[in-house]
Amino acid sequence: MSDFTSSFWPIFITVISLAGVFGCALLLWVTSKIKASSPNGDNTNGHVWDENLREMNNPLPRWWVWMFIITIVFSLFYFLAYPALGGYTGKLGWSQVGQYEQEMAAANAKVAPIYAKFAAMPIEELATNKEAQAIGERLFMNNCALCHGSDAHGSKGFPNLTDNDWIHGGSAEKINETITNGRIGMMPPMAAAVGNEEDVKNVANYVLSLSSSKHDTARAALGKEKFAACAACHGADGTGNQAVGALNLSDNIWLHGAGEEAIIKRINLGVTNQMPAQSTKFSPEQIHVLTAYVWSLSNNASQQ
Amino acid sequence: MQVSNSQSNTYNDSVIRQFSIMAVVWGVVGMLVGVIIAAQLVWPELNLGLPWTSFGRLRPLHTNAVIFAFGGSTLFATSYYVVQRTCHTTLFLPSLAKFTFWGWQLVIVAAAISLPLGFTQGKEYAELEWPIDLLIAVVWVSYAIVFFGTIGTRKVKHIYVANWFFGAFILTVALLHIVNSAAMPASMMKSYSAYAGVQDAMVQWWYGHNAVGFFLTAGFLGIMYYFVPKQADRPVYSYSLSIVHFWALIFTYMWAGPHHLHYTALPDWTQSLGMAFSLILLAPSWGGMINGMMTLSGAWHKLRTDPILRFMIVSLSFYGMSTFEGPMMAIKTVNSLSHYTDWTVGHVHSGALGWVGLVSMGAIYYMIPRLFGQKQMHSIKAIELHFWLATVGIVLYIAALWISGVMEGLMWRAINTDGTLTYTFVESVKAKQPYYIIRMLGGLLYLSGMTIMLWNVIKTATSGKAATATIPPVAAHA
Repeated sequence: MSDFTSSFWPIFITVISLAGVFGCALLLWVTSKIKASSPNGDNTNGHVWDENLREMNNPLPRWWVWMFIITIVFSLFYFLAYPALGGYTGKLGWSQVGQYEQEMAAANAKVAPIYAKFAAMPIEELATNKEAQAIGERLFMNNCALCHGSDAHGSKGFPNLTDNDWIHGGSAEKINETITNGRIGMMPPMAAAVGNEEDVKNVANYVLSLSSSKHDTARAALGKEKFAACAACHGADGTGNQAVGALNLSDNIWLHGAGEEAIIKRINLGVTNQMPAQSTKFSPEQIHVLTAYVWSLSNNASQQ
Repeated sequence: MQVSNSQSNTYNDSVIRQFSIMAVVWGVVGMLVGVIIAAQLVWPELNLGLPWTSFGRLRPLHTNAVIFAFGGSTLFATSYYVVQRTCHTTLFLPSLAKFTFWGWQLVIVAAAISLPLGFTQGKEYAELEWPIDLLIAVVWVSYAIVFFGTIGTRKVKHIYVANWFFGAFILTVALLHIVNSAAMPASMMKSYSAYAGVQDAMVQWWYGHNAVGFFLTAGFLGIMYYFVPKQADRPVYSYSLSIVHFWALIFTYMWAGPHHLHYTALPDWTQSLGMAFSLILLAPSWGGMINGMMTLSGAWHKLRTDPILRFMIVSLSFYGMSTFEGPMMAIKTVNSLSHYTDWTVGHVHSGALGWVGLVSMGAIYYMIPRLFGQKQMHSIKAIELHFWLATVGIVLYIAALWISGVMEGLMWRAINTDGTLTYTFVESVKAKQPYYIIRMLGGLLYLSGMTIMLWNVIKTATSGKAATATIPPVAAHA
């Protein structure tokens, strides 16, 4: 559907909007002028349907007419004050985007000093600062907990943030980078590179053997050679590579499900996992506080 | 197809009997699904972990069943009943009328199967996929032919006010349905909307709001304009009021849709127009309530003894209340609190349970004994009990959702001094649980009343037999 870009449309909508409002007033005026006749002298209009259905000539209730008029008059003033008639922006110059920006600017100015005092503190210090931790927790609960859980333990596809098993690195700088820019984790389908269906199953068993999980030792031995295709990212020993976000396969932590079946599925289908960037929602100072909270989840001795 | 039997001296009531009975049956079914999903909101385990019984699929099943199966069947039954009796003629094209019954039931069954299976266009109150939409369009056009054909062959000069409302409802719903359902089929049960982005949203809520305005309001005002004066045996209060509020109502409703999209990507001017016309809509809505209520002047004492009349008058009170609440919620400042909360759900139900439900029940209680050659319903006591169960149920329901809606709205906007939200989303969900229990109990009461009605209707129908009503002579000045 095309957009209505012609200058005809604002005029069109203005004309019918005003005609609509004035039409209501006109309807009210004309109807109140109708002289009711009562041929039977019983205050009905003389029509009878289905033996006893009749209509009386009672006038419009006055309070109701006034209520109607007040809403009409209000609407006309509203059209004058706010953007309502085509391209006319209204006497008050109000717009919802303008209101949003104004409120956000005021709110940001109000909270900036609170975050400013934390900006110079290193992460380790913030992680033990009660006030900063409380703010960090609130930021986490309203923005991160939706995926990572209120306890930050994550779930299938959403990393646990408390177990010190970092996909992209657990240093303060790396956590900050992850929050600010988001991450895209991508493993391509590897079945073709690994070989046939049997090879895939063997490699899956080899992967399981890396963490001493339940596996078929004969298959694992056969799969070891084919694992070369995986080693490019996950490393020869399967301990992963944080620089490219390749998971550690040897620590018995399974982001996309444990067991032979789940691993075969990942080899065959690959997986794409995304964490959205938060830089559009928060100032760098706020992300600094949030980083300290996330870092503390796996580093604060007091919490372990 | 047999030719219209315009020489017939009896009314064609068989299709009305079918629609009336099915209205009550679908009422019980639709409200039962409503109670189930209300319980799922309290105990999510009741989703049973199955896709077919999950809230997301049963919720559209509930709304479609109560609006289109219960409400729709009621509208077909009452409009066919009213149009014949106020035109002093039998239904135009009786075989087409018969087709509207079977066609509409087929639509309902198709909805009851396809919605739990997950087929949906994702448009609220317009979820059904394109083959079902086509069937709806065919049935609806047939309905229009029967209705307007009957008006066209009337034996009286003036068209009674109830028929104006039924007529507006039938024409507008045809327009709404066809425009909003326009889509490109991708396969048998999958299609893509003809509109994109915010235009799609605006078309959807132009449809959505007018589905309320015409399907659930204009049509039911048609019911009110026949059954209230009949049951009260009083003339309609004001002819001139019915003229003003009819034209103002059907005109103004068309503009109010944007209030469903306040503070969204919809342009500011569209939102402003929607809000202003929503406020103007207050008086035209109340015109109908006044005309119905004041019809009782001089007959108020009948409310003491007549539970059917009580259904109708209490329904008008709920109509007045929800058509006041609606314009208030359309004000942007109020909407910024109420939008996306349970308050909206409560508002819809004060209209749906209070207005649409009660006036339908009153009309069906009026028609059933007459359609089955009985003096009155099998048990008047049961009607009395139904009335109280329904009324208490509605009050519990809407009071619970007012509280939980305003509460969650306030929780969502509460902010700490550091700029963070005071409450997480899940905290607001947890806080609502007690109110969800009260809401479910309210729904359960309403459902139990409807079940009693089903028993009463079956008893009345089986102890009587299909009655043939003779068309009375036309009064001199009609």
